[in-house]
Amino acid sequence: MLKQIEGSHAMAEAIALCRPEVICAYPITPQTHIVEGLAEMVRDGHLNDCEYINVESEFAALSVGIGSSAAGARTYTATSSQGLLFMMEAVYNASGLGLPIVMTLGNRAIGAPINIWNDHSDAMSVRDAGWIMLFAETNQEAVDLHIQAFKLAEELSCPVMVNVDGFILTHAVERVDIPSQEQVDAFLPPFDPVQSVDPAKPMSIGAMVGPEAFMEVRYLAHHKQMRALERIPAMAEEYKAIFGRESGGLIRSYRCEDAETVVVAMGSVIGTLKDMVDEMREAGAKIGVVSICSFRPFPLDDVRQALLDAHRVVVVEKALAVGMGGVLASHVRMALRGHPTRVYTLIAGLGGRPILKSSLKDFMARAAAEPHYDVHFLDLKEDLVSAEIRRMDAVRRAGPIAENVLRRLGPNAQTVL
Amino acid sequence: MSKPIDNQTVKFYQTGTLTVGNRLLDPEQRTVQASAERTNAITCGHRACQGCGEALGARYALDAAMRATDGQLICVNATGCLEVFTTPYPETSWQVSWLHSLFGNAAAVASGVAAAQRVKKRPQVRVIAQGGDGGTTDIGFGCLSGMFERNDDVLYICYDNEGYMNTGVQRSSATPGGARTATTPAVGEAPGNVFGTGKNVPLIAMAHNIPYVATASVADLHDLEAKATKAMSIRGARYLHVMVPCPLGWGSAAHDTIKLARLAMESGFFPLFEAEHGVVTSSRAIRRKVPVIEYLKPQKRFAHLFKPDNPHGSEALARLQAQADENCRRFNLLRDEGAV
Ligand SMILES: Cc1ncc(C[n+]2csc(CCOP(=O)(O)OP(=O)(O)O)c2C)c(N)n1
Ligand code: SF4
Ligand SMILES: [Mg+2]
Repeated sequence: MLKQIEGSHAMAEAIALCRPEVICAYPITPQTHIVEGLAEMVRDGHLNDCEYINVESEFAALSVGIGSSAAGARTYTATSSQGLLFMMEAVYNASGLGLPIVMTLGNRAIGAPINIWNDHSDAMSVRDAGWIMLFAETNQEAVDLHIQAFKLAEELSCPVMVNVDGFILTHAVERVDIPSQEQVDAFLPPFDPVQSVDPAKPMSIGAMVGPEAFMEVRYLAHHKQMRALERIPAMAEEYKAIFGRESGGLIRSYRCEDAETVVVAMGSVIGTLKDMVDEMREAGAKIGVVSICSFRPFPLDDVRQALLDAHRVVVVEKALAVGMGGVLASHVRMALRGHPTRVYTLIAGLGGRPILKSSLKDFMARAAAEPHYDVHFLDLKEDLVSAEIRRMDAVRRAGPIAENVLRRLGPNAQTVL
Repeated sequence: MSKPIDNQTVKFYQTGTLTVGNRLLDPEQRTVQASAERTNAITCGHRACQGCGEALGARYALDAAMRATDGQLICVNATGCLEVFTTPYPETSWQVSWLHSLFGNAAAVASGVAAAQRVKKRPQVRVIAQGGDGGTTDIGFGCLSGMFERNDDVLYICYDNEGYMNTGVQRSSATPGGARTATTPAVGEAPGNVFGTGKNVPLIAMAHNIPYVATASVADLHDLEAKATKAMSIRGARYLHVMVPCPLGWGSAAHDTIKLARLAMESGFFPLFEAEHGVVTSSRAIRRKVPVIEYLKPQKRFAHLFKPDNPHGSEALARLQAQADENCRRFNLLRDEGAV
């Protein structure tokens, strides 16, 4: 059913359609509206046979989820940013135990300085935690990915994280097609766990494993993700057959035929990039976009195939590996290993900085002339950083950087994005 | 003395204590371990040290809980000695369903297991979370308090050996003042652990007004079984704090585990009591109070307090004695019950 609806509420409705049995989460902006929506649905009887548990921290939230999932209940949680870091130990534990928990990550920057706005720093901090990580481009896809996530998680017995850009998706009101219960039931079978703590068949889960077998257990976790490389595109097909929509998959190419420049990105910024490509194509530029939907497992072969013919690849990413550069860009270089294509790292949108089409176009127009082995920062306020660098070099007690930078921006700091 | 064995008309005590002998009890009141049909939560072959109080305490508590629930039991274990010595890969000592997640989240994981039983409509399946004092009073404290406050249907059992034993005997917030641990060495101006204000988790549990809180000790295994059994007859959040001496960490003889636990009890240093909904409902009277030094002296972790050249030794001993005296007063341990 088509609805004009806030992204978070659309996701909450989709999750409810998946018949979760235990929902446990701790509030953090911008994830709050999703879990508030679910709390309401459990209370008002829309979502039956579901326990909604309020806890004292994200660490407890995912720990409750570990318990309920290990006891055979379909389990959901959601968080963002600081919350994800606070539950970090449990994030690794859930995947290590092979528990098919589904989590929404409302992507948000990580402090300090504390910042509630969107970027992908939180997701990148758990990129090696053993979760399958999917990125939604639109709220429609966010809805669809959650339904696919439960199926994927339970088939493979591996947790799945659905990444949705904070505010840009979670708080945007737009038209979304919410599937029917019959469609979801036809797609998603009841949870049939591969392991569970059950007095009828006692087993020990979570035993200590030493050097004699740890590598093998890890290998098998990797193997699951390699299997997901096959299942994710197949599942997108199965989804299309029932719901009539293309959603999910490993990657998607947009107007990449004959493209000399291909832009690679994840999440909602793809919308802006597609608009940019349309405008630049109209002006005669040979440019296209590749959207990475599955970041874990990372589809190295698909990415390579999609980029082989490009002269240059610009990776636009909303995260900075401090002291190194881009995260996604490193993955793309890995995909293109042995191939001379230039790969540019363009860090953009950190802490909610708008990613302007005009700035992107400027960069694309100049790209051929830019050194591709450098990290570029889109719309970096060069004067601001150089002034602060001079100050730090000159004064020992230069004081806190964040406050200095804000002071320099002056009283209108909030409005001069 | 706890309720289930109060109806004995004649009691036969171990010399000098209020511990009742097994063979003299009614058959249904005898320890679970005395029956050929006993439940067996932790089977033999685990790797605990000789004389490990934690292995003993866990076995008695869980076997009683297993009997009380007809085996319909799931145990969640925090990281620590109990977890490590029972599951040397690929073996396991656990005959009950058992789940280990992390050091600090056993209470929350158990809440999740309990939620799954609710949603699956299996009220007969009961959940126990368990951990050491470190996993309970320190790193797992937030999750524990959350589980209490929600009144989740979980019995949490803390095996208190007064330190982080699994990692090599470091100080926890349950380590007594003056005690030597690897992180509170017996050197310098104030050797051993600091005397802080203390952190009495049973009392903190009571402050949550949960239905049942009890302390127990491997010195009185009947009492421990009775409390575990009683805890399983109640719904909601319950807390059982069991004193379990650790020969390795305490520097005591393996054969002294029970004796030390008894001296802790009989000196008032570790009081046994029960509380329901925040109110103390029973305590175990001390028959013949022993000075705290009798409890401390056989333990190498307190040896420096007895050295004549330690200027703070006698002060520390006096403070430890004062703590025991305060327990006796607070829980009315010195009332005369010998004639009852
Ligand atoms: C987050 C985390 N920090 C530290 C550890 C290391 N660690 C494992 S067990 C343990 C101490 C356990 O002490 P306690 O809970 O009292 O149990 P005991 O071994 O004494 O029975 C520590 C510090 C860990 N496993 N996880
Ligand atoms: S170190 Fe202590 S608690 Fe751990 S197994 Fe040995 S005696 Fe038991
Ligand atoms: Mg301990």
